[in-house]
Amino acid sequence: MTTTPGSTDQSLIRNFCIIAHIDHGKSTLADRMLQATDLVSDREMRAQYLDRMDIERERGITIKSQAVRLPYRAVDGRTYVLNLIDTPGHVDFTYEVSRSLAACEGAVLLVDAAQGIEAQTLANLYLALENDLQIIPVLNKIDLPAAQPDKYAAELAHIIGCSPDDVLRVSAKTGAGVAELLEQIVADIPPPTGDPDAPARALIFDSVYDTYRGVVTYVRMVDGSLDHRQRIEMMSTGATHEALEVGVISPEPVPGDALAAGEVGYLITGVKDVRQSRVGDTVTTAAAGAAEALGGYQDPKPMVYSGLFPIDGSDYPVLRDALDKLKLNDAALVYEPETSTALGFGFRCGFLGLLHLEIVRERLEREFGLDLISTAPSVVYRVGMEDGTEHVVTNPSEFPDGKIAEVNEPIVRATVIAPSDYVGAIMELCQSRRGTLLGMDYLSSDRVELRYTLPLAEIVFDFFDALKSRTRGYASLDYEPAGEQVADLVKVDILLHGDAVDAFSAIVHRDRAYSYGVAMAGKLKELIPRQQFEVPIQAAIGSRVIARENIRAIRKDVLAKCYGGDISRKRKLLEKQKEGKKRMKMVGSVEVPQEAFIAALSTESDR
Amino acid sequence: MRQDRRGTSRPALRFYVHVPYCAARCGYCDFNTYVPGEQGRGSRSQWRDAAVAEVAAARAALPVDPRPVASVFVGGGTPTLLPAADLGAVVARIAEEFGLTADAEVTVEANPENITPRLLDDLLTAGVNRLSIGMQSADPAVLAVLDRRHQRDGAVRAARLAALAGFDRVSLDLIYGTPGETDASWRDTVRTAIDTGVTHVSAYALKVEPGTALARQVAAGHVAPPDDDEAASRYEAADDMLTAAGLPWYEISNWAVPGHECRHNVGYWSGDDWWGVGPGAHSHLAGVRWWNVRHPTRWTAAVSGGEDPREGQEVLDADQRRTEQVMLGVRLAAGFDPDVLVGPGRRRTVAALARRGLLEPAGEREWRLTRRGRLLADAVTVELLQPVRSAATG
Ligand SMILES: Nc1nc2c(ncn2[C@@H]2O[C@H](COP(=O)(O)OP(=O)(O)OP(=O)(O)O)[C@@H](O)[C@H]2O)c(=O)[nH]1
Ligand SMILES: C[S@@+](CC[C@H](N)C(=O)[O-])C[C@H]1O[C@@H](n2cnc3c(N)ncnc32)[C@H](O)[C@@H]1O
Ligand code: SF4
Ligand SMILES: [Mg+2]
Repeated sequence: MTTTPGSTDQSLIRNFCIIAHIDHGKSTLADRMLQATDLVSDREMRAQYLDRMDIERERGITIKSQAVRLPYRAVDGRTYVLNLIDTPGHVDFTYEVSRSLAACEGAVLLVDAAQGIEAQTLANLYLALENDLQIIPVLNKIDLPAAQPDKYAAELAHIIGCSPDDVLRVSAKTGAGVAELLEQIVADIPPPTGDPDAPARALIFDSVYDTYRGVVTYVRMVDGSLDHRQRIEMMSTGATHEALEVGVISPEPVPGDALAAGEVGYLITGVKDVRQSRVGDTVTTAAAGAAEALGGYQDPKPMVYSGLFPIDGSDYPVLRDALDKLKLNDAALVYEPETSTALGFGFRCGFLGLLHLEIVRERLEREFGLDLISTAPSVVYRVGMEDGTEHVVTNPSEFPDGKIAEVNEPIVRATVIAPSDYVGAIMELCQSRRGTLLGMDYLSSDRVELRYTLPLAEIVFDFFDALKSRTRGYASLDYEPAGEQVADLVKVDILLHGDAVDAFSAIVHRDRAYSYGVAMAGKLKELIPRQQFEVPIQAAIGSRVIARENIRAIRKDVLAKCYGGDISRKRKLLEKQKEGKKRMKMVGSVEVPQEAFIAALSTESDR
Repeated sequence: MRQDRRGTSRPALRFYVHVPYCAARCGYCDFNTYVPGEQGRGSRSQWRDAAVAEVAAARAALPVDPRPVASVFVGGGTPTLLPAADLGAVVARIAEEFGLTADAEVTVEANPENITPRLLDDLLTAGVNRLSIGMQSADPAVLAVLDRRHQRDGAVRAARLAALAGFDRVSLDLIYGTPGETDASWRDTVRTAIDTGVTHVSAYALKVEPGTALARQVAAGHVAPPDDDEAASRYEAADDMLTAAGLPWYEISNWAVPGHECRHNVGYWSGDDWWGVGPGAHSHLAGVRWWNVRHPTRWTAAVSGGEDPREGQEVLDADQRRTEQVMLGVRLAAGFDPDVLVGPGRRRTVAALARRGLLEPAGEREWRLTRRGRLLADAVTVELLQPVRSAATG
């Protein structure tokens, strides 16, 4: 039996992913597996090898799932092919995890032995169970002095329904226990069971745009095989291409002759148009292809929307092109053109959360050289009017005027896990955020799981920070969409010198409207330079003003000092002022510097 | 001079002479000046010889320039730290090389504490006919914050002595907006200046220059930063009082009995030519600006070695010339001609600024700043230089 890509016997293949709460050590464990299988030498090794993007390495978190093929010689003397997928842990990227799960038969559920089960541990475990995956429970970081392996083995066993003795103990740092874990993977995770002789069917679980090679498509072969130079077909569109290159990632791309049933690999067609290779689509052969596509993915629904505007208006086409390219391997990103009177042309973009927004924005800026302003994030509201019409509002400035019957806001089911000492503080916080307690369970004698329904708008912005500070960092949070509820929401407009500034409008609960208005007006007063006339800043609900500030008129703007004959210096100062004026946006008759927009729209201290 | 600019005749030729010495450095001052013991100061006797040599070099550079010199301004630093004869030697050499116009204005900047009847006589003998005295304030608290070496009475006494000695053109420099100054103490300062009977007053808003002792005190929180709104009120008070006393404004920071304007400074704002003699001095000749090395020792070495003491220069392009013309011209009460602006929107820009109370007509074609406009002169200038945009939004 062989393990050459394209002709690996399915009985020797183990496809699995590593899932865990954020920072529990998935990527570090993957490092040890890369080394234990001699795929990466000690010399080439670097921490979190599979976190390949600069932004991942800088932030020390995984954003993109990464698949890698490990040839593994087991104690039974046979060489197996392990396809490992390292996944992200942050709640914003749960969708990334669920796509990876669909390419696997098993999952290593990793838990930090000093932290225990956390909110995303549960969320990812449930996802894996829904996908019928074999779970291997593992405690990591047993080298830490603060580790409590017995306690957390019991917690894990309790959740999964196994014996505490079944929970493996490893240190991804020292490598202790990793050899046993690899044996367990071979023993427990079932090999793939696709039909090698059926027409080819491969599930696209990721797609990346590469400047040199065009679109690189990552697939899990389910049935049949795809050969180098074969004509292939994308089943959703019927488009056919030539497979210019097929191969596996081990740990860098290794071209081969074919990809066979059960394998995980990549293919390149030379196509530059990113829309040709949609995540979730099924690839088959152009001749004698499969009749039925594999079940794809459900595109995730964006949780928050924000407008992205290039600071330099002429960058608009660059932004559009950049979004098209990012969208390719970020199915969760949605966008459509938007025009703001204050900010010009841009895009209304939907994101899975604020980290997602931040990452997309940062990638746009660094990978495409753009300078962007993002507007205050907003969730999606459904507004029913008395005349029976309905508006879906992703942009506060589009909140309808007129007679509103009811406003629906999205809600989530949130899970908070924390030491039981903090139950009071957590309940108080959730209450203040309009939460409803659904239930509470003890994971062990001193740790609880609280379940709440909460408005999405109340938790998506700064809830997690508030939670962390009230629990000294011990609480973890996960949430998933849970429908809508009717709520008493109003739009607060911000008027500068009488003109509403669309970019500053917000939809808030009536009880919070006043504090929002006061805070925003105060912030703008600090940020907007004095003008030649007095500028009132008002926060208003409809025509009712709820807060007001005044920017006093500037009285003196002249260099009244003796410069003698040094006229060049004076001219240069003036030219600088002239330049500064170019960075001003006109809002009605008020000049607002770009910096003021950026600072006013920064999310930290908004609510 | 204005006619000269538009007509075919050349602008006037002037000389600025820089004396880079002070007895002590005032806390707010960032001028190119050196106190005893400071690096690069050089010796005063070398200064005189080098200054004379630079005048000769100017003549060598302009061998056939037919223009007699219309004004000489000896500034600093503290020119009155030097013997009057040294200053006189430089003025004499200018007269010798270029000739002086019949009504040439020869100004020397003087610090009150140096002024004695003897010095005044010597200056008159040297051909000086105008004095500019650094009074700054009559408020002892302000003089202390400014680190000045004279008392309230010093400048008053100096102005009286100057008048007695026969100077009929005396100016006082004032600074307003100093932390510690009050509306009342500023009015007292202006009143004191007017009562000396001088025919010219300059008043400047205190600017905290980076790197000065004052800047450090402000950064450390020991001294409050000057407040722009207060400065605006002080400006208005000074303007009211000086105008009432018969000294209307002729430039944003300058007031004079008509006919007693400083012609040398007006020349700077009108695009005249001048040669700057001395370390760090700036010059302008037909659209070229240059400036000398700043250190007196380096400047002396260059000039006495027959080398060019310039440190840098710029040749103004059309756009820069236009910027300067607007920037400088707008400061004068005589006004500016909107035709120096370019773009189809220039008339509308001017009209919009007038509507907003920042410009007013000053003659058949000229416009000038209103008082509110004077206080916002830099913003007005920027708008004038962007005619199309401001027309659309104004
Ligand atoms: N002491 C100790 N530290 C570990 C161990 N495993 C991981 N770490 C550390 O834990 C931190 C997080 O490790 P990662 O491997 O990036 O965690 P991750 O689960 O991939 O994180 P995300 O991808 O962001 O969800 C890093 O600082 C690791 O060095 C371990 O076994 N022992
Ligand atoms: C070249 S300086 C005069 C030098 C002279 N030694 C004196 O101090 O009187 C011309 C004038 O500029 C003004 N001045 C100097 N530094 C200033 C500052 N930082 N802010 C405002 N005005 C200043 C003072 O009024 C000063 O008299
Ligand atoms: S005397 Fe005049 S030039 Fe000298 S340090 Fe004081 S302000 Fe500056
Ligand atoms: Mg990771």
